[in-house]
Amino acid sequence: MSDFTTTIGLEVHCQLLTQAKMFCRCSTDYIGKEPNTLVCPVCLGLPGSLPVLNQKVVELALRAALALHCQILPQTLFHRKNYFYPDLPKGYQISQYNLPIGIDGFLEFYSQGVRKKARIRRIHIEEDAGKLVHEGAFLPPGTSGVDCNRCGIPLVEIVTEPDLSSPEEARDCLMMLRNIVCYLEVSDGNMEEGSLRCDANISLSSSSLTGVKVEVKNMNSFRSVYRALSYEVERQRKLLEEGKPVFQETRHWDEIKGVTVSARGKEEAEDYRYFPDPDLLPFSLKTEMIEEIKSGLLELPLEKEERFMTQYELSQGEAEILVQDREIADFFEDTLRNFNKPRMVCNWIVTEVFRNLKELGTTISRAKITPSHLAELLKMVDRKEISGTMAKSVLEEMFTSGARAREIVTRRGMALINDEKELENIVKEVIEKNPQSVADYLSGKEKALQFLIGQVMKETRGQADPELTRNILIKVLSSEE
Amino acid sequence: MKIEEFKDFTIQDYHHLLEEKKISPLELVNIFLERIEEGEDKIHAFLFVNEEKAKNEAREKTDNWPEELPPLWGLPVAIKDNICTQGMPTTCGSKMLENFVSPYDATVVERLKAAGAIILGKTNMDEFAMGSSTENSTFGPTHNPLDLRRTPGGSSGGSAASVCALEAPCALGSDTGGSVRQPAAFCGVVGLRPTYGRVPRYGVVGLASSLDQAGPITRKVEDAITILEVISGKDSRDSTCAPYPPFSRNEIPSLEDIRKIKVGVPREYFSSRVEKVIGEKIQEALGKLKGEGVELVEVSLPHTDYALEAYYIVASAEASSNLARYDGVMYGLRVEGEDLQDMYFETRTLGFGKEVKRRIILGTYSLSSGHYDEYYLKSMKVRTLVRKDFEEALKQCNLLITPTTPSFPFFLGEETQDLYERYTDDIFTIPSALAGLPSLSLNCGYEGGLPVGLQIIGGPFEEGKLLGLALWLEKLLALPSPFPELKEGRGQ
Repeated sequence: MSDFTTTIGLEVHCQLLTQAKMFCRCSTDYIGKEPNTLVCPVCLGLPGSLPVLNQKVVELALRAALALHCQILPQTLFHRKNYFYPDLPKGYQISQYNLPIGIDGFLEFYSQGVRKKARIRRIHIEEDAGKLVHEGAFLPPGTSGVDCNRCGIPLVEIVTEPDLSSPEEARDCLMMLRNIVCYLEVSDGNMEEGSLRCDANISLSSSSLTGVKVEVKNMNSFRSVYRALSYEVERQRKLLEEGKPVFQETRHWDEIKGVTVSARGKEEAEDYRYFPDPDLLPFSLKTEMIEEIKSGLLELPLEKEERFMTQYELSQGEAEILVQDREIADFFEDTLRNFNKPRMVCNWIVTEVFRNLKELGTTISRAKITPSHLAELLKMVDRKEISGTMAKSVLEEMFTSGARAREIVTRRGMALINDEKELENIVKEVIEKNPQSVADYLSGKEKALQFLIGQVMKETRGQADPELTRNILIKVLSSEE
Repeated sequence: MKIEEFKDFTIQDYHHLLEEKKISPLELVNIFLERIEEGEDKIHAFLFVNEEKAKNEAREKTDNWPEELPPLWGLPVAIKDNICTQGMPTTCGSKMLENFVSPYDATVVERLKAAGAIILGKTNMDEFAMGSSTENSTFGPTHNPLDLRRTPGGSSGGSAASVCALEAPCALGSDTGGSVRQPAAFCGVVGLRPTYGRVPRYGVVGLASSLDQAGPITRKVEDAITILEVISGKDSRDSTCAPYPPFSRNEIPSLEDIRKIKVGVPREYFSSRVEKVIGEKIQEALGKLKGEGVELVEVSLPHTDYALEAYYIVASAEASSNLARYDGVMYGLRVEGEDLQDMYFETRTLGFGKEVKRRIILGTYSLSSGHYDEYYLKSMKVRTLVRKDFEEALKQCNLLITPTTPSFPFFLGEETQDLYERYTDDIFTIPSALAGLPSLSLNCGYEGGLPVGLQIIGGPFEEGKLLGLALWLEKLLALPSPFPELKEGRGQ
């Protein structure tokens, strides 16, 4: 079997978080809106209408470009990309061409614990197109319609160099890119809703074979990016091993079948006839503006990750999970302010807090729990006022009712039993009821001890101090011997 | 009052009548509607007469006569049919937009209305402003009121003809390479192309975005000033509109200062291409100025000969992109087809006329990869050279005077000779358009009943000087305003 090198580059489209569209005042809040209700002569491309650039677009794009360490071109302009499609009302897309807002940047990320770097070729601004609708309340059966609500929503397109060498790396790079745009509030980065879209170019080469670039489209989640590219690696490897050629083409990922399918028929290279849009003036990015945005940039995910590792002595894995969502990272640090045991807080967040969020289908900012409330709960655990098991149940209620830990514990009469006498009595009862486990333990089966502790917990509805229970059990059992 | 009485009227004269309540907006509108009724079967200047709404509006104004009248209050105005008017057709002279009704007003229309004007109707034009005769209109040509067998010029031929025939006291046209000035010259009226960026383009259907400017077509220079004051000035909906306040007549120098203006005469505009009589008439006018003590200097615009080619490449390139939106999907004509591709094909085949198709193909070609540098980019470089020519020339003088056209209005239906020949009709109006400079055409005399247009070109945003000289020259020439009898054959 020959050795192949996988080479992957990404093209990522991000919708920018502006209130108004790129060239008109229409709202960008189009998800779930009735078709063609967020439109005006400009975004519909009606005869005579003209675009006027929304300055916020430039600001957000600059923010992304600077965070990706791009070189900012002093003067830039918009081009027209000409092609016919029903979702493109003007017959051209206003985009950037040979003078994009940023070039030659890079992005660092961790993949399987190893720090990687992908160079960014360019980042440019362009307008989104509308959407074709093939079914729905507004359409007679068998017809298609165009919804222009999305027309003119600002996007940035970020193109990496082909620096990624595996589907894992591609996915991890994309995740970091998403984190960055979310951190900077440049985009909401929602892949499912299409505010973040990713295409990939992938080729396999060996010492004797040059790679042939295949473009993979239609990947709507991080998982599908990973699956689609893994599929492509295998597909191309097989072809090459059988001595068959790989065609340069565009392939669509079929999420259900788990395969990529050739998008043949669209193979002839389109000539977009780019030329500077005469309706818009070239614009220059003033150094002061660049500096202002640069100085306003918040700590980026990777910087935060590394700070967490050094400042809080977390592992890379732990830090990585925390920084994936800026709100979680902030929640973590806010909790530490009242309870400074980073590892413990981290553990609780990535297990229990995450579990509750998932069960409630909410996010940390919308959840009823606050960092100081979590800190209060963890303090109680730390002081052994309640057990971990109890704390988990208390946390659940904190998530649903918003009540404070102390309040719940008091109401439920849940204080930890750490009275030795009282515990010893319970322990003795448990030993009496479970002679087999006692015998097992005495014959050297450590597991039996765990079972007995569990029985004590059951008896006390989790209120027994686990450490103390364990010590008393060992003590009582050794006297049984 | 009778229409004849308005023959030498300026907008200010109408304004005074209205101020003194000697005529009502309704009477005024009715007089013009009658004149349209009388002339249209011969001239065909209008594609749409806004009869009902214009009357209603005039009636409403008549019933609510304000103390202080806005500058155009009660004045009927004709609008070229590529300028969007809410609730009225805006067809651009094309089958493609035959049934298109704009949901909004162009900024210039909005401003006219805000100044009190009443929209009289939409005027005929070459399809999508491509042409110089109105013969490219899907809806049939307009006839020159001064000689009905001849063209009124184009593309704003309907606007120029309506003003010439006094079917409208004034009109708006649009000028990309001469479409206001050439028909004004052919119809013996005044046509002003303002500096690029002086007048908002929002709502003026784009032919070539970097060249298009709307401008007034009027019977007197004074009226061009009045209209320019209303329609010019920055617009938040047009990025290419200059951030300047509206033009004001206060920018016009005093007659004393106008006399000190140095007039440049570019030698390239008096070549053998120009019909002899036209050259002579321009010289006569220049002689009058000289007689008044104006200094004339010969200047050179060496790249004039290349301007035409550069213009047709740049304008066609932009047009090919601007016209891509007419695809049958959302509005305008749709011809159903087997599939999407077929629908596009059928719609655009049927919806566009020959000249439009020709320019779309030309423009598409010059933008395609492999040809871009050779055609589009090179033409943009020529454009810079043309602009520099004017900069140099205008260092030696304040304004330039040239003929507006090299020839007289040709006969309608005349076998369109060599296409190139037809394109050269615009040879004197194109260079200043490429340079974005304000230019005005003014009648400077008649030959056998046909008018001769004289063009004045100024530096960027120097409409003040330009209009000042035009006002004075108009007075020196003292020519009668056209009032054609609308008969077949020659006659003024």
